[in-house]
Amino acid sequence: MSSLSTPIQTSRFRSVSFQRKLSLALRWLIALVLIYFAVFPVLWILSASLNPASTLATQRLIPANAGLDNYRALLNSEVFPFWTWFWNSIKISSISSVLSLAITTLAAYAFSRFRFTGRVTLLKGILLIQVFPGLLAIVAIFLMISQIGDIIPFFGLNTHAGLILVYMGGAMGINIWLLKGFLDTIPRDIDESAMVDGASHWQIFTRLILPLLRPILIVIGILNFIGTYGDFVLARILLKSTEQYTLMVGLQIFTSGQFSQKWGPFAAGALIGALPIMIIYLALQDQIVGGLTQGAVKG
Amino acid sequence: MSSLQALPGRKNRLSFTVSVRSLLLRLGFLFVADAFALWFLINLVALGYYPLATAFGLLALLINVVLLRQGAYPLRWMVIGIFFMTLFAIYPILFTVWVAFTNYGDGHLLTKEQAIAQILNEKYLPETGKAFSWTAYRNEQGEYALWLIDADGTGYLAKPGEPIRPVTPGQEGVGELDDQGIPVSIEGYQRLNAILAAADPNLTAIQFGEQGSTVQIRSPSEAAELVPLYEYDPVQDAMISRKTGDVYQNVDGTFKTRDGKELRPGFIATIGLRNFREFFVSPALRGPLVRIITWNFAFAFLSVLMTFSLGLAIAIMFNDPRFPGKKLIRSLLLIPYTIPSLITILIWRGMMNPEIGVINRALQAWFGWAPPWFTDQWWAKIAILIVNLWLGYPYFMLICSGALQSIPEDIYAAAEVDGASPWQRFRHITLPLLLVAVGPLLVASFTFNFNNFNLIFLFIGGGPPIAGASTQAGHTDILISYVYNLAFAGGRGVNYGFASAITIIIFFIVGAITLFQFRYTRMWEEVSENV
Repeated sequence: MSSLSTPIQTSRFRSVSFQRKLSLALRWLIALVLIYFAVFPVLWILSASLNPASTLATQRLIPANAGLDNYRALLNSEVFPFWTWFWNSIKISSISSVLSLAITTLAAYAFSRFRFTGRVTLLKGILLIQVFPGLLAIVAIFLMISQIGDIIPFFGLNTHAGLILVYMGGAMGINIWLLKGFLDTIPRDIDESAMVDGASHWQIFTRLILPLLRPILIVIGILNFIGTYGDFVLARILLKSTEQYTLMVGLQIFTSGQFSQKWGPFAAGALIGALPIMIIYLALQDQIVGGLTQGAVKG
Repeated sequence: MSSLQALPGRKNRLSFTVSVRSLLLRLGFLFVADAFALWFLINLVALGYYPLATAFGLLALLINVVLLRQGAYPLRWMVIGIFFMTLFAIYPILFTVWVAFTNYGDGHLLTKEQAIAQILNEKYLPETGKAFSWTAYRNEQGEYALWLIDADGTGYLAKPGEPIRPVTPGQEGVGELDDQGIPVSIEGYQRLNAILAAADPNLTAIQFGEQGSTVQIRSPSEAAELVPLYEYDPVQDAMISRKTGDVYQNVDGTFKTRDGKELRPGFIATIGLRNFREFFVSPALRGPLVRIITWNFAFAFLSVLMTFSLGLAIAIMFNDPRFPGKKLIRSLLLIPYTIPSLITILIWRGMMNPEIGVINRALQAWFGWAPPWFTDQWWAKIAILIVNLWLGYPYFMLICSGALQSIPEDIYAAAEVDGASPWQRFRHITLPLLLVAVGPLLVASFTFNFNNFNLIFLFIGGGPPIAGASTQAGHTDILISYVYNLAFAGGRGVNYGFASAITIIIFFIVGAITLFQFRYTRMWEEVSENV
């Protein structure tokens, strides 16, 4: 259990430098094994995307005749409008992320600052709804969107607007709790002194509170974006035609049925699709981790 | 409320102009919204979408109340959110609850009115029906017409969808009659040779004449009037066959005779608790369901245990701030978390593919054997756990390293003075303190994995199949993916009713666990009291 040594232990036993070195080396070894486990699929998909044979069978990291053929095939494909899918995903995720952030923030402000009847019930209700497994509810959602589409085709089946509408149903979600907790830590004195100066709630909210919320709003917005970007089931059920698909639906289609052998282009697509999210995460690691642990440790 | 009521009391100029403007804005918005809602409602009702119309109408009413009543001021901040939540989260839940008490599914997809209309549309050729001799004609579009002669020798012209009328030559393009009383020509139509017509398979399927009074060809020499086969008796709520006199009683959405003959289609009917009873007692289902539930709990529990253990181990190992390359290691170990899970699940599926996957190729090359990940139930389960470990440990790594830093160091110092071994320090200090902070997340992770549909569905589709199961079920199916098969993967027919019942059972399982968590962590009380 040398791996369990804590900062205290290492500082107190600094003199025993051999033991410390051994522990370090051991931990580096374990780290390397773990890193191999963590990174291997990514390296492998990179390798597969460069392999013109498109079979996935290669055991060498750098395949023979490595080249960008798969990328070319993917981007020029008639059957798979990859860029359209990619753009659809970015568009849908951005719009629903921003809209749902707006809904969440307004509601969280009210929950934090006003006392009204039904407040606690509503807060609990929001939690309770999250517990319901939504999968079966998509029968109802499907029927509803199809019925709405009979009247307003813009929001009907196979439209992005309809899908965004459904995503808005989840806007009053667990994030309200997170944001409300954060708002509760902002002292009310700020509001009250502004109110004495004759400011309305709306003015307080937009001029005082929003700027203070900016860091956490960015984190929640990004987590929203990532969540929507990765959604599969709803998009799969509501979107019907190839050019309307989101990237996740498109990639799943790649690996199913008659296209199951097209692993090369799939690897290329998966890599391009994963890249934006990976960059966001790694660049904003600390903020996102901060947001996560804050929500968590508050519990 | 106190801060609220302070506002109207203030009579300074600023708040006055603001409130007038906001009032006008509000009324303007309400006017537009109400106009739209009214138009939308009228359309919903016209199309017969009553449940949605009811939900939408109630929501429109709510918006009006919230925007007009001063007391509902706080709700104005969240009325749009509530609108969407009701429509796309609560309404579907209520719908699912309703469906769970019905037989909605294959053979029961229509409403009662629709089903009765379809059954009443069925026709038969009574032995004593009015019979004709017939001659067929066809035009260039391939449409047919019949010339019918009844027992009295009267000639009729019959086309699909048009009333059958007696016609004399010269009317409606009918030419001269030949010696058998059959027109030589009908304008636009070509007379067919009797032998060819008798052999034409299209002809016998066509119903000539208007809805309610049609004629169909019965033999090469005879066509006869069709009569509706069934009659609906609303008093007995039963269909009565005119041909045999059989009485088909409405039994749970199907018209049935005493001796078990059924009419198609059935319709949606409420069947009480039968779906739930079936879940608990049906012997045909019991086999696969017991397996599925056992695996579901085992899968969720093992997933949490494994991801948490690995995440915690990593967090402890690299908690040392002076560990060289700590930041780099964390970034690299975080990578699984940064890729959308759908993509990684599909990648793993490719890597473990028995023929083309790199893992199996390598194992084959080294040991001459590779696990049959997708065909053997135990290897399939192991594969799923490996993939889920890969997907899940970075989250706990992040959480645990955050939580570890919040444990004060002097506790360890004190323990060390008392001579506690590293294991004792971990067992009695780190773990208990950590569990307080991370406990709720463990429960949340358990409930998430309990319903981890994407992993099971995308990685392996629930397979390998359980042999001899009465419904489509696989060895790695968890309840939610089993539900998906029941509801959508029409291979052996869809059964929304039963699927919805299982959904509700899942809801109670997960809800109970969550409630237990709230109790345990006293979160519920905190919500009620201190916020």
